[in-house]
Amino acid sequence: MLKGYRVLDLTDEKGFLCGRVLGDLGADVIKVERPGGDLSRNNGPFYHDEAEPEKSLYWFAFNANKRGITLDIASEDGKTIFKKLLKDSDFIIESFPPGYMERLGLGYEELSRMNPKIILVSITPFGQTGPYKDYKASDIVLMATGGFMFLTGDKDLPPLRISIPQAYLFGGLQAAAGAMVAFYWQKKTGEGQHVDLSTQQAITVTALNTPVFWFLSQTIIHRVGPFRVGGRAHLEQRNTWPCKDGYVTTILTGGELGAPVNRRLVEWMDSEGMANDLLKNLGWEKLDMANITQELNTALEEPIGQFFKAHTKKELHEGAIGRQIWLFPVQSCEELMECPQLLARDFWGNVKHSGLQASIPYPGPFIKSSEFNCGIRRCAPFPGEHNIEIYEKEMGMNREELLMLKQAGVI
Amino acid sequence: MAQKVFEDVKVIDFSWVVVGPLIAKCLSDFGATVLHIESTTRPDTLRTTLPYKDGVQDLDFSGYFPLYNSNKYGMALNLQHPKGIEIAKRLVAWSDIVIDSFRPGVMKRLGLGYEDLRLIKPDIIMLSTTMQGQTGPHALQPGFGNQLVGLCGFPSLTGWPDREAVQPYGAYTDCIAPYYGIAALIGALLHRDATGRGQHLDLSQYEAGVQFMSTALLDWVANGREAGRKGNSSPCAAPHGAYRCRGEDRWCTIAIFNDAEWQGLCKVMGKENLIYDSRFVTLFDRKKNEAELNQLVEEWTLSFGADEIMAKLQAAGVPAGVVVNNSDLFEDPQLKERECFWMMDHSVLGPFPHPSPPFKLSKTPAEPRMPAPRLGEHTECICKKLLKMSNEEFTQLLNEDVFK
Repeated sequence: MLKGYRVLDLTDEKGFLCGRVLGDLGADVIKVERPGGDLSRNNGPFYHDEAEPEKSLYWFAFNANKRGITLDIASEDGKTIFKKLLKDSDFIIESFPPGYMERLGLGYEELSRMNPKIILVSITPFGQTGPYKDYKASDIVLMATGGFMFLTGDKDLPPLRISIPQAYLFGGLQAAAGAMVAFYWQKKTGEGQHVDLSTQQAITVTALNTPVFWFLSQTIIHRVGPFRVGGRAHLEQRNTWPCKDGYVTTILTGGELGAPVNRRLVEWMDSEGMANDLLKNLGWEKLDMANITQELNTALEEPIGQFFKAHTKKELHEGAIGRQIWLFPVQSCEELMECPQLLARDFWGNVKHSGLQASIPYPGPFIKSSEFNCGIRRCAPFPGEHNIEIYEKEMGMNREELLMLKQAGVI
Repeated sequence: MAQKVFEDVKVIDFSWVVVGPLIAKCLSDFGATVLHIESTTRPDTLRTTLPYKDGVQDLDFSGYFPLYNSNKYGMALNLQHPKGIEIAKRLVAWSDIVIDSFRPGVMKRLGLGYEDLRLIKPDIIMLSTTMQGQTGPHALQPGFGNQLVGLCGFPSLTGWPDREAVQPYGAYTDCIAPYYGIAALIGALLHRDATGRGQHLDLSQYEAGVQFMSTALLDWVANGREAGRKGNSSPCAAPHGAYRCRGEDRWCTIAIFNDAEWQGLCKVMGKENLIYDSRFVTLFDRKKNEAELNQLVEEWTLSFGADEIMAKLQAAGVPAGVVVNNSDLFEDPQLKERECFWMMDHSVLGPFPHPSPPFKLSKTPAEPRMPAPRLGEHTECICKKLLKMSNEEFTQLLNEDVFK
């Protein structure tokens, strides 16, 4: 869908996903790294646990569908080359600290003078302006300041992040959405602009309805471990349940919506002699989760929890699908890769890594389009992989120039 | 008023809850005309979800619904009525984009499947979003984002190693899928403008959510390792966690990746002797003695407010951040600078916070134009102005419960 449009991607791990999404949509994304390879290649985990810059799985995951060149944009020769690339580009994505591009003479004003249609996407922890703009961040700092962590974790222990980094994925992904909005305007008017993404703000989406609890009733929503709050501020409903070999997720839902589902669950339990009279005799249509007492809720959940503990994830999942119940297994990576639904949709794409002489299955397209395949077309580049292709074949530089720039540390 | 990026884009939004409405909101916040279609017999689920203003359980009193529906028009349309379907088709002829989140097959049964829509508008773009996609053996299993989170595997990576798995708060996948949807949908508009071809987009919230599991999945594939639950620890930083501060349930995160940050932390703590303490000199030492280290740090943080800790450490170049709660989201100085919430006067809720997009466009900013609509607030206006219905026709359809 973006075939023929060029993206220069200057980001480190704070912004990888933005260019990846544009690349998935068909854009020609060129990852511009500093000579010798970007420091962000040090992000683990690593292929076969070999901690080498060419083997970062974090790099692999979010730099697929990009070509790669090395270029020192802080050097004068590097800037000259960068400006040549800029002429044929539609997007520049960067994740430097605010002001860095200006100091290089590559701020939005300068870039747009050279190419008025350029869209500069700046991805930073907190945004280009404001009291925190120069603050240092990391995944945990952003998941905290964006409002996610306070709501996640056990009551008696500290708030939690997810064990693998997520913050920069929210930033990069939402930056891609913003870049596309700017691109629609550019196609309509020829005018580029500066897109300023705050990762902290991007993460606030994960607070979901909780700001409203404060706004309407000055209620603080606290974390409740495997339970869910928000049906009512202080009602704790179990959402993650232990079963025989792991966990499943499901929730009791009241009213007309939940009644038939709850009945089917109770019938299933009853068929194995595990439903008590409370469950069997309840008027589920009248069960109102907005007004249910914590005591009744807990009493209903107790036998259900016993039933789950007597079954495996697989038994519960298969039984739930057949009975149209909203219950899912908490899947491990291994189980995800064997999930019949994903296999039936041909989700996993084998990506050839010629450098590793291996093919690796990756998560497939983020969306299925009747017009375009958003899956991976090429694996992430190793440092300078496309220097010759881009500098020589596409920009017409000659081998002597390349050798000179290489030895000067520019490429 | 800024120029509107999507001034010429018309969207019919049949979707509900978070994902579809949030996709459409991105378009409406940048100027698209978006009609959010509901019915009193099948209102948007968020209208029946807490919290309600003053505890009033009324469809227009829910404070959840407005979060994803700013700048949209609201229309009530009874799709159980044949004339409701007729009107839906007239709206399709007017539109560029149709969004739905029905169970796979429902739109087709209503005569509004992608092939039906193409007959009405050959270059229509349709985005259908469901839990698990339009096809496949589990496509029809019902569910909500809160539970889909499990299928994606997130709870297996959330929690303490010696405790039960917990889950990320709420419908975590609902916070991921919409932005993938927006990027693809705008791509589809550009593709249509370039080629004249519309398309059908099938957004599985499961498949979108799994993208955020990519590194864990590759770790499994390449190394046979399940990442597992690690609390707040990081493989390459210590101290690294949320530390209790003064006040009730107040915490500040601190993340020390290198020696310079460690030295900065020690200085701010006023414990410069720790810099040379053999238990903590290098990252290797700090990881080895992490439990002890965490205790030392928390002894210090307990005496200060979380915001004080953040300010002191940031002034010394040390990554730190308050664990903000749902009240702080309104008070955080940086989020205020970003105008994270637009206050707009809602006719039932009064002045009400509607989230603004996290990306600021320098020339064509998103703007608060209209609060989220009441159910069917603009039905009459849409019928008369957009569909050029006469008074008589509108009244007759109204009496036939077509706009119920």
